[in-house]
Amino acid sequence: MTSRDFTEGREITITIFKYNPNDKNSKPIYQDYKLIETPGMTLYIALTKIASTMDHDVSFDFVCRAGICGSCSMVVNGKPRLACKTLTSEFKDGKITLLPLPTFKHIKDLSIDTGNWMNAMSVKVESWIVNKEQTDISKLEKVVEPKIADDVFELDRCIECGICLASCSTKIINDDFIGAVGLNRTARFAIDPHDERSDEDFYELIGDDDGVFGCMSLMGCEDHCPKKLPLQTKIAYMRRKMVKV
Amino acid sequence: MKIIYTDALIVGGGLAGLRTAIATKNKGLDTIVLSMVPVKRSHSAAAQGGMQSSLGNSIMGSGDNEDVHFEDTVKGSDWGCDQEVARMFVTTAPKAIRELASWGVPWSRISAGDREVVMNGEKTTIKESKDSHGLINARDFGGTKKWRTCFTADATGHTMLYAVANEALKRKVIIHDKKEVISIIHENNRCFGVIVRDLIDGELIAYVAKGTMIATGGYGRIYKQSTNATICKGIGIAVALETGIASLGNMEAVQFHPTPIVPSGILLTEGCRGDGGILRDKDGYRFMPDYEPEKKELASRDVVSRRMIEHIRAGKGVSSVYGDHLWLDISLLGREHIEKNLRDVQDISKTFNGIDPADEGEKGWMPVLPMQHYSMGGIRTKQNGESTTMKGLFCAGEASCWDLHGFNRLGGNSVSEAVVSGMIVGEYFSDFCNDAHLDMNTLTIENFLKQQSDYLDEILSYDGDKNIFDIKDEMRNIMQDDVGIFRNHDGLTRAVTRLEELLKDTKKINIATKFRGNNPELNEAYRVPKMIKLALCVAKGALERTESRGAHYREDFVKRDDANWLKRTITTWSNPNDTMPTITYEDIDISVMEIAPAFRGYGIKGSLIENPSSLIREEKIKEIKEKMKNSDRFEIQDTLMKFELPLNYKDKNQRVGVDYD
Repeated sequence: MTSRDFTEGREITITIFKYNPNDKNSKPIYQDYKLIETPGMTLYIALTKIASTMDHDVSFDFVCRAGICGSCSMVVNGKPRLACKTLTSEFKDGKITLLPLPTFKHIKDLSIDTGNWMNAMSVKVESWIVNKEQTDISKLEKVVEPKIADDVFELDRCIECGICLASCSTKIINDDFIGAVGLNRTARFAIDPHDERSDEDFYELIGDDDGVFGCMSLMGCEDHCPKKLPLQTKIAYMRRKMVKV
Repeated sequence: MKIIYTDALIVGGGLAGLRTAIATKNKGLDTIVLSMVPVKRSHSAAAQGGMQSSLGNSIMGSGDNEDVHFEDTVKGSDWGCDQEVARMFVTTAPKAIRELASWGVPWSRISAGDREVVMNGEKTTIKESKDSHGLINARDFGGTKKWRTCFTADATGHTMLYAVANEALKRKVIIHDKKEVISIIHENNRCFGVIVRDLIDGELIAYVAKGTMIATGGYGRIYKQSTNATICKGIGIAVALETGIASLGNMEAVQFHPTPIVPSGILLTEGCRGDGGILRDKDGYRFMPDYEPEKKELASRDVVSRRMIEHIRAGKGVSSVYGDHLWLDISLLGREHIEKNLRDVQDISKTFNGIDPADEGEKGWMPVLPMQHYSMGGIRTKQNGESTTMKGLFCAGEASCWDLHGFNRLGGNSVSEAVVSGMIVGEYFSDFCNDAHLDMNTLTIENFLKQQSDYLDEILSYDGDKNIFDIKDEMRNIMQDDVGIFRNHDGLTRAVTRLEELLKDTKKINIATKFRGNNPELNEAYRVPKMIKLALCVAKGALERTESRGAHYREDFVKRDDANWLKRTITTWSNPNDTMPTITYEDIDISVMEIAPAFRGYGIKGSLIENPSSLIREEKIKEIKEKMKNSDRFEIQDTLMKFELPLNYKDKNQRVGVDYD
């Protein structure tokens, strides 16, 4: 390897919040694990090592381990992040404390239930193209301006990791708030030329305190978004549209 | 006892499973999708580079159509595929992409006018016609004659999966995630559903349905180094195998992708090379043109991966603490292109390796090494997606062997297959569920539930000294070392022997926490024996196949042997107490092929033992084409080889410039 100076061989301490709410014998504890750091070690590598060699009972949610699927969000030394993209070498004192992501149903240790909430949110904001026209799939596709396709793609990059919700004060006090993930989704469909919905239609979906008027513009969502989505701009965009309705 | 009933049951929430759910819902069937993870986290999301579909919109795709896509796919498969399935696929793929476009997948679109691209290491300008402006764009990929791979930057699988998942939600498909299938309920060769373990609280649930579809993806995680997600353990395929009735096809056909990044094994898309990126060795030398003068970096994946290892073995690898590797250089594409169309690649390289691939010169080169990537093998099905041997059990996508890819899949054909098979097989599956009736005794369900409950208790009662994590690691090392890109008799024999011992060892473990609820060690304890069974299918199939075909390469039998081995490997697990699979073969009929077996056009020339029937078929094809020279391509195709499709999927596809020709 040529391009990174690794701190090799130092001992690090990973502290994990352990608790299984479904097991009446389980009590919440913080458990310390000491391990030797290897070059390029991520929290995926470290936690997999802990699970296979030190504590077979620790739970977490890695899937793609490449920052693509959004599964492994957790709180790392106080900040919500994707664990798979977090390098242990970032923490100079070698101490890393891990907690499950708040605002979602806790399953066990660092494992949380995001699927049901995200699916419900998708249904609530009608996260799909609404169009009365029937498409004949044997015919040429509808023409879309390249720039507009790129703009839609930009907003379509959200991976439903839930970090925007864990960073959001409104979500902490109002569980029904759809958060930046939901508002960004409506902005995505609002600019999609395949979608025929009007501003009035979107108002029906997000024109209340659980939607666009719930946002307090504290910007925690955008600060922590691992895909660097322009969340505040898009929430503002939808809010401007909605106040005109 | 918990029993849940539905009309159509789909295990697996990736592209194939969800597109099937849309098909069943469109027919008004109650549908449940089961998934180990939230469906939008399925491994389909990780597909980067794109989806092959012969739209022919771009100037570099002009002249493309089903025939060209078909030929590329058959050659890619090294004549191992079912050519009728390949025809079904290429005919439906343009419809699939247009359906996805109407569902909002933001495909990259063509801008009329000049566009600068990199080809063969040189900057070149191409000119797109104004008729194509705003139509779906495509990039170059390996083993294809035309630029045919449609994309949304390098997050294609993600945008496709989200569109299909959202369409499924719109149709009120019921999704139960954090559920893992552990057994198939069946009687008299008929499938009635599955036994599932809830991964939150450990509860066992029987899901009973008129029809059951397995769409659980591949089995890459039996290898130490794999681009696959942690969930790609092949459990869905393994539970089918464990019925003793359903059979698996071509399990030894395992694809190794040329350019995962070292050491994490995270994929860097083929789009890197498709867009003009090149491979370099320790001297910075571009070596692929020496091996493959025509296709260079863009030969099929099996060929490029072997050439890379060959080059490393010749002492040209870059040494590192993680062993030898080569370099992938995309810096010549320019920062603007990388930050637009290869941004996830850039993000991965920066995050995990601290290398910005847009940096010019050596500084931006990314360390790469071929690693396991795709499973061509899977549950053997008929052309309608139903298991050849178990009624009511269907399979689609990477989990299946229906058999589109033969012994090597082309890049861009996987997400394409996932959606297309979801459309085609999904339709046949819907018809089946519509017409079927459940004629079974609830006692059968209870027996299967009890059997699995007893099995989990048995695992918890094991009192040995082995550790299931060590057993898993050893299996993955064996597959890596002895069942990899280059295979031979000694290594494969060693692998089979040791894997069989490991399978027996899985009963000599001791689980620390004797708890039936959420217990990660218990998860491993029932998964690993299933994985080892699949590993044995791969290793034994590879040992017995004494030829080289596609991704299966034998150093001791280097030629593709059409005289003896133009056949599909069929694997079953006849008895639950067996420690070795049973292997038989299914002949591939040359006399009905649309393209007779020949040289692929890349790879080593003259490395082929011909079957006498190939020449006979070749002559016959020539004769038909000569006789029909005044007919159009559809009539000729229909005469050469018949194929069927449901709905309107066989309609001609419109293309810019040529309309429906």
